[in-house]
Amino acid sequence: MGIEARAITKRFGAFVALDEVNLAVASGQLTALLGPSGGGKSTLLRIIGGLEEADSGTVLIDGVEVSGIPPQRRNVGFVFQHYAAFKHLSVYRNVAFGLEIRKRGKAEIRRRVTELLELVHLEQFADRMPSQLSGGQRQRMALARALAVEPKVLLLDEPFGALDTKVRKELRDWLRRLHDEVHVTTVFVTHDQEEALEVSDSLVVINAGRIEQVGSPNELYDHPANEFVMGFLGPVTRLGGHLVRPHDIEVLTADSTGAVPATVRRLVRVGFQVRAELHLAEPAAAGTAAATGTGAGEPDPTDTAVQLTRGQADALDLQVGNRVWLRPSQHASVLAAR
Amino acid sequence: MAEPSLLTQPPARAAAPDAPRARRHRNPRRVGAGRWALRLAALGYVGVLVALPVGLVLWRTVDQGGRAFLDAISGPEAIAAFRLTAIVAGSAVLVNTVFGVGTALLLARYRFRGRALLDLAVDLPISVSPIIVGLALVLAFGWTTGWFGPALQNAGLQVIFATPGMVLATAFVSLPLVVREVLPVLTETGLEQDQAARSLGANARQRFVRITLPTIRWALAYGVVLSIARTLGEFGAVRVVSGNVGGQTQTVTLLVDERAEQFEPGAYQLSVVLIAVAALCIVVISLLRPHGKD
Repeated sequence: MGIEARAITKRFGAFVALDEVNLAVASGQLTALLGPSGGGKSTLLRIIGGLEEADSGTVLIDGVEVSGIPPQRRNVGFVFQHYAAFKHLSVYRNVAFGLEIRKRGKAEIRRRVTELLELVHLEQFADRMPSQLSGGQRQRMALARALAVEPKVLLLDEPFGALDTKVRKELRDWLRRLHDEVHVTTVFVTHDQEEALEVSDSLVVINAGRIEQVGSPNELYDHPANEFVMGFLGPVTRLGGHLVRPHDIEVLTADSTGAVPATVRRLVRVGFQVRAELHLAEPAAAGTAAATGTGAGEPDPTDTAVQLTRGQADALDLQVGNRVWLRPSQHASVLAAR
Repeated sequence: MAEPSLLTQPPARAAAPDAPRARRHRNPRRVGAGRWALRLAALGYVGVLVALPVGLVLWRTVDQGGRAFLDAISGPEAIAAFRLTAIVAGSAVLVNTVFGVGTALLLARYRFRGRALLDLAVDLPISVSPIIVGLALVLAFGWTTGWFGPALQNAGLQVIFATPGMVLATAFVSLPLVVREVLPVLTETGLEQDQAARSLGANARQRFVRITLPTIRWALAYGVVLSIARTLGEFGAVRVVSGNVGGQTQTVTLLVDERAEQFEPGAYQLSVVLIAVAALCIVVISLLRPHGKD
């Protein structure tokens, strides 16, 4: 087992950041800690790295207990959201830092740093100062710096959080490829579900100091354990008494088994997709909604949304006011609504 | 409220290129009376308060000639005073640099009970009159009546009316200078670089030497130069604790005072030396300043 956290609890004053959290990360895997901000994911990462101390519980890295051991002797690589570049040192010296601390020979340092700069595609920037690099380049430098000391585990705290969308996407792909090359046990924290789904081997959803669910990205997307996980990993809509993803709803022009009738209220085209807002014609539900006059804040249980491709929408010839029938598609993840 | 302001932003941005033009139109009119009055007032203020008195001291010195200048600064009393000033100022700056960096690190990186109080206490020495500082030190360290004085005296260390007391007084009055220069840089830099260095295996000493010190170097240099300028000129507190014995516990400022009081020659010449060192400090500071910003 690469990393094991047992019954970790951490409080900041009265606020419980982590509540008896247990986590096991297999070696060599790329694991994402996903959750809303303030949910405790960064705190858990910092406890694993030794930058924060747990109030109770133990952390094991490669089977050895590290609780109480300061970060400088844990041999973990840490990458921060805002790069934490050593501003007074060149890119080369930044990457060489850990090796210089370990008193490695000049030749060995040169060889290793050159190798790493090539790995992160910064070889021609060796003599630049961090301030002369873009955000994405700085983060790649920070990664090379962390990898230089051959850490047992690599911990990344919102590594792409400070970058713009395009660079984020590039770096995300690049991190995935890099991990396939170096195979170091890696844990990264993110609040971006797309990032987590795309990059990770294994996904840990954390909310309010507790782990909600652990599994592969597809497992979690298709079989969310609860409403929170389902809602956090992607869009959710209601269909009768169930929660379904809007792209998992089939729209039919004629009645069929298991389908419910609905009226199209609004059609919005967003790039390659069409979003349809519909009103369910369930007599009972519609009746109560009309009688009580639904409040502004409450989502109307008889309203639902469907996501279609443009082709699908054109084929159905959807128009506002149309009467259609809806049912969850075959492989849809469906959760009973509370 | 956020949404309306977002909506109005594009027109505001579109109008922005016009703004400097409008200001340029208005400029020629304002250079008239108002600007000149302001410039004259500023120049007059600095001139009457600073340039004129300092200029007169310089003029006196030049007027009395090179011979008088050499005599004034090379007599045994003057040599002793220069030496003592160098020792006192040097020690005080050293003490304040070490403790100043330590205090700044403490204030920037740790949250503890009494932190706000310490933050306030650091500024106290600059707002309290030096004469009070001197009296307070006598109360604490005076060799017959002071709190620690007799004990230290028995241990063979005289504080008041000796160099240690003068160093204490000088360090006291210049205490905030290093802290106040270094603290904002440390606060702005934050802890991440330090934590990154930790995760890369650096121990506390290595982190301080390799990361913290290079980060604060310009602010530290600026604070040290400011401290040098301040400590060289210290008079009030030192006067109270020194005893002012010529050739023994008399710094340059005390000697200037004595010569001026007794109508002895050489006060202006010594003043010019102090002014020259202060001017040099200001030049060094202005050279350091732009570096300190990046």
